[in-house]
Amino acid sequence: MAKMKSLVCRECGKEYPTKDIHVCELCFGPLEVKYDYDEIKASISREKIQAGPKSLWRYIDLLPVEGQPTVGKYAGFTPLVRAHNLGAFLGIDELYIKNDCVNHPTLSFKDRVVAIALTRARELGFETVACASTGNLANSVAAHASSAGMKCYVFIPGDLEAAKVLGNLIYRPNVVEIEGTYDDVNRLCSEIAGERHWAFVNINIRPYYAEGSKTLAFETAEQLGWRAPDQVVVPMASGSLLTKIWKGLKEFEKLGLIDQVSTKVNGAQAEGCSPIATAFKNGRDFFKPVKPNTIAKSLAIGNPADGYYALKTAAETQGAMESVSDDEIVEGIKLLAQTEGIFAETAGGVTIGVLQKLVKQGLIKKNDVTVAYITGNGLKTQEAVVDSVGRPIRIQPSLSQFTKKFALQEPA
Amino acid sequence: MASLRFHIRYPEEKIPDPILYQIGQEFEVITSIRRADVRETTGWLDVEFTGETDEIDRAISGLRDKGCIVDPIELNIVE
Repeated sequence: MAKMKSLVCRECGKEYPTKDIHVCELCFGPLEVKYDYDEIKASISREKIQAGPKSLWRYIDLLPVEGQPTVGKYAGFTPLVRAHNLGAFLGIDELYIKNDCVNHPTLSFKDRVVAIALTRARELGFETVACASTGNLANSVAAHASSAGMKCYVFIPGDLEAAKVLGNLIYRPNVVEIEGTYDDVNRLCSEIAGERHWAFVNINIRPYYAEGSKTLAFETAEQLGWRAPDQVVVPMASGSLLTKIWKGLKEFEKLGLIDQVSTKVNGAQAEGCSPIATAFKNGRDFFKPVKPNTIAKSLAIGNPADGYYALKTAAETQGAMESVSDDEIVEGIKLLAQTEGIFAETAGGVTIGVLQKLVKQGLIKKNDVTVAYITGNGLKTQEAVVDSVGRPIRIQPSLSQFTKKFALQEPA
Repeated sequence: MASLRFHIRYPEEKIPDPILYQIGQEFEVITSIRRADVRETTGWLDVEFTGETDEIDRAISGLRDKGCIVDPIELNIVE
């Protein structure tokens, strides 16, 4: 019997076959994958997982594919770094950084969701994949499509920075620059997805794509020695990642792989695009869309698809949400780099900045086992910190000048 | 004829206005509400528009002119 039972509407509960559909025909609610947990429980175990590949595919029993992985075989299983220095600085005894800066192959957590999406797209018979993106998602879809030999269309806004466009072009997808606003790009891609028989990873393949984020939770629990953390801090763009980390922990609990989960799930946004965090702080269960204006471009989703569900998750887990300014984002990037040697992109600065705030507010306590999720590599957003890291110290090629410059004593 | 699905959000000051009724009068589109949440301080509708594509485009422009935010049913997909 198959582990995937159906796609189910998150609003009205109507069930559908596991095809390339993403919206309930009845109420237009989003669909998600429904599993047969009894079937999975009969075969899954810690030992089986540990004997699996050193990638996210060691959790294949809980992923929405029917066969073996065919795309993104090396994604996931990134380091869970014990952050002694940052923990000491912040006053947390047991702090960890889940470091997706080093995810394979494109250095962001998107490699997880795209590995699942493209493997599933192939199972559903697609030959062409597509996405609408400003950065990490486009990089990952283009790279995975290239290695899988699939045709690829990447839709980007016309005003994107040259470096980000290059990061897509190198894989030779069809990069389509759309003249217009982000709203125009959004609308056109939604219409194209309805017209063409393509696997649009974050539209018609979204129910499968989103499940890839659960693997961050699975890895966290396994790497902590089969236990859930007390607190997690998760950056929010659409809000999907936060909800799926919670889902992943609850699945492990349901299957008896870890004890009872009481993790507080905290969300992090940039002040320049904080519809979800603002709603949370104002005590609302709905958010108001915003026009993004932040250096954290990878989180700049003004009308987030999973914002409502992220708010529900934070409330259910007694977590919190906070936001940080662009200056605080830069400081967060520098703090992580200078304490743990990890160079994160701007979203990582958001996570560290919010972690710092939650500690200061007393919401994360000294003895809470805490995991902060760093979802992308700083080499991709160097422009955010270029003016705040100083310059090299320039000297002539002379030992005496070096010694003088650094006021060093001559060796005895 | 085309059928397109949208998420429409009302500005707070427009909540008492019968905006969707007005759109149905002003443009040749059939509107079908599938989900909605309208309160004192917020209002949104998930709606299907059926009609000629150009007329749907005009109806969407009309909604925007009235101050509504109109997105595809998936909301923001540019990630």
